[in-house]
Amino acid sequence: MNAIAEPQHFTDLQDQVAQAMLALLPAHCVLYKTEDTTPYECDGLSMFRQKPLVVVLPETEAQVIAVLKCCHAMNVPVVARGAGTGLSGGAMPHGQGVLLGLAKFNKIINIDQLSRTAIVQPGVRNLAISEAVAHLGLYYAPDPSSQIACTIGGNVAENSGGVHCLKYGLTVHNVMRVRVVTMQGEVVEFGSAALDSPGIDLLAVFIGSEGMLGVVTEVTVKLVPKPQVQQVVMASFDDVEVAGNAVAAVIAAGIIPAGLEMMDQAASRMVEPFAKAGYDLDAAAILLCESDGTPEEVAAEIAQMREVLQAAGSTHCVVSQSEAERQRFWAGRKNAFPAAGRVSPDYYCMDGTIPRKQIGTMLKAIMAMEIKYDMRCPNVFHAGDGNLHPLILFNANDPDELRRAEDFGAEILELCVTLGGNITGEHGVGIEKINQMCSQYAPAEREAFFAVKRAFDPAMLLNPEKAIPSLHRCAEYGRMMVSGGNVKFAELERL
Amino acid sequence: MSEPMNDSLNQLQARVIDAAASKTLLNITAGQSKSFYGQPRSGEVLDVRSHSGIVSYEPTELVITAKCGTPLVDIEAALAEHDQSLAFEPPNYNGYATFGGMVAAGLSGPSRAAAGSVRDFVLGTQLLDGRGQLLNFGGVVMKNVAGYDVSRLLAGSMGALGIITQASVKVWPVAKATAYLRFELSLTDAIAQLNRWGGKPLPINANCFHQGVLTVRLCGAQAAIDAAIKTMGGSLTQASELFTSLRHQTHDFFKPQAGRTLVRLSLPSAVAPLGIDGEALIEWGGAVRWIHTLDVASTRAKTVAAGGHATVWRNVEAGTESVFTPLDAVSAMIHRRLKTEYDPHQVFNRSVSL
Repeated sequence: MNAIAEPQHFTDLQDQVAQAMLALLPAHCVLYKTEDTTPYECDGLSMFRQKPLVVVLPETEAQVIAVLKCCHAMNVPVVARGAGTGLSGGAMPHGQGVLLGLAKFNKIINIDQLSRTAIVQPGVRNLAISEAVAHLGLYYAPDPSSQIACTIGGNVAENSGGVHCLKYGLTVHNVMRVRVVTMQGEVVEFGSAALDSPGIDLLAVFIGSEGMLGVVTEVTVKLVPKPQVQQVVMASFDDVEVAGNAVAAVIAAGIIPAGLEMMDQAASRMVEPFAKAGYDLDAAAILLCESDGTPEEVAAEIAQMREVLQAAGSTHCVVSQSEAERQRFWAGRKNAFPAAGRVSPDYYCMDGTIPRKQIGTMLKAIMAMEIKYDMRCPNVFHAGDGNLHPLILFNANDPDELRRAEDFGAEILELCVTLGGNITGEHGVGIEKINQMCSQYAPAEREAFFAVKRAFDPAMLLNPEKAIPSLHRCAEYGRMMVSGGNVKFAELERL
Repeated sequence: MSEPMNDSLNQLQARVIDAAASKTLLNITAGQSKSFYGQPRSGEVLDVRSHSGIVSYEPTELVITAKCGTPLVDIEAALAEHDQSLAFEPPNYNGYATFGGMVAAGLSGPSRAAAGSVRDFVLGTQLLDGRGQLLNFGGVVMKNVAGYDVSRLLAGSMGALGIITQASVKVWPVAKATAYLRFELSLTDAIAQLNRWGGKPLPINANCFHQGVLTVRLCGAQAAIDAAIKTMGGSLTQASELFTSLRHQTHDFFKPQAGRTLVRLSLPSAVAPLGIDGEALIEWGGAVRWIHTLDVASTRAKTVAAGGHATVWRNVEAGTESVFTPLDAVSAMIHRRLKTEYDPHQVFNRSVSL
């Protein structure tokens, strides 16, 4: 495990920081006893754990400002946290720092039906926004699988996607404005209720910055009209490569599906007993291809999708005949992670992206890696986006299995880079993929990221040591890779 | 990439390295299509048009990668062959606009409110920074959260952080069908109606209100357009030329008016008319309002009070007002720090509110 041995007594620093926080916040907003801080030691990626010195749970923006000013003055690192559903350790606390929980910022401040916007606090859950505006025929489009629990503040930090983002965009396309407190305790707004702002687009770089540039206290989201009808085609394929090529065929036909997801046989067999979605368990892969719009539009598009999928080699196509059936088709896909948790003591979810045309190549390479590492790895893909989520099944209590799982994951990510993609599509780098950032970017580019960091947080105190690896760290990683032996994927053409 | 293909890039890099060493200000230019836009520029002209060409385009990947000097018309012709397009309709002005200028200026056309802006479609960029370093950000895939999204930061940065030497941009299928509807109503009613429609699942792709006439462009599946026409009312019209002239700003409205300055107001879409004297034209469902104003300062003040910002577009009556609405102190500080980090020798212009 990557856990760091915890101190058995309050250190002077911890005492100092706790006292400073207690001077700024009511006692019930400051946690420092081990039993109180332990629940915050990791996010959704439990392989990485670290207890913070102190957890603060402010209730007002003024308290956030006070906490940040104080930490800035004391040179104490701060890590912000939403619901803790992140899968890359982005919210893992700093051992010498304060964990700033925003769970109490859970109010929807304003819903403007006419201008189709909502102003919400960062701790509001993703799905709660859509629920609050459903009666207006509107919803908030990005729908990460964790939407029932994850918060909009975390979505902003990670630029979260979901199963509908090919057509409806990511968080960056659906957030209009953020109100932010900088590490120095200054309040600033990026974006507005208008469609653009003067100056450089700081909102664009803030979204997806993994909590390293500022602490969000308010978000204006765009709301979009709910489509009248949604229908999904479930297509079976007897070969993963054929299924991968079918994805390209759908796009080539000029169709932008509302959702286009793929599951391999191992994944559908894993989720079926759990979700009872009615998947074709004999198929090597299945594609879920969704259409939305007016009834006439959907009927026409579904017919076209079916035609294209059949021409691309689908062995069997089923179209959802009711909303309940559509929900059931999706239930399996959306429950892939919990299902993995059911069949295996632990699972390690990867998040690489590749050009769509490489899906088949990637799936076959993962099959070979399953043999190499002697581990199972079912695959679910946001196929329309080329974003893969291989789920490596392992037992963390077995040190050798943990090591193999990490190596397996690293090899998948390195292959993503080789195939022209990247190491994370929507889960973020966090602490988990920080070494792979050394492969993704050259030193000058990593330094250019640090330049952005310095422009927002010159003291480098906000969520430090995440997302962007230092030169030193990459040098260490480079030595490790070389000592591991041969150059990887020597047989593949380099892009 | 073979060596000869890199010549143009090497030359650009050499110029920037020289400029950094001699602390010479460079004026990045290409097609001069947007030379009117932004704060006045100075310095040695650095023409980037020689660095031109489509690097890759795969229709099934929905992405095109091209060098900065590539004429926009070439990009659009290549896309049209596969029934694809730049969904944000970047303006061409005189027809000489380039791909790099499109990203650097970040200007989008009539479809912006429905389809998204340049920055929404940018997936990756290559930047030649103020030290002469070539940096690659983002990539060619739809989703990428590895590192900060510097590519989108550069969209609309006006070359202040460096030369965008290459970009990868998401492309989109051309709509299967298009129709235009015409309505006669007041400005107040037009703004309210556009916002009400915005909350309905209608295939509205662009709209324009000018001189008592609201014209709406519908794009999508024929079935969806037919259904929308029944719901929305109005009369069918032909307005393809209208939207082309709005996109490239060749419409008569954009001609100078004596004694007046053309200002672009960017506002929350549902804001009621601000009561500013002057001929106005409304786009983007009410979120962009063009006005020939006599008084830039009061126009800007009213716009800012309504939650928006005002840009002096065609500075016919040059006054003391800045081109862009000034930034708040904290944003300005972050801008200055970014500028210093990416362009420490002040090689590039400071044309974005810096």
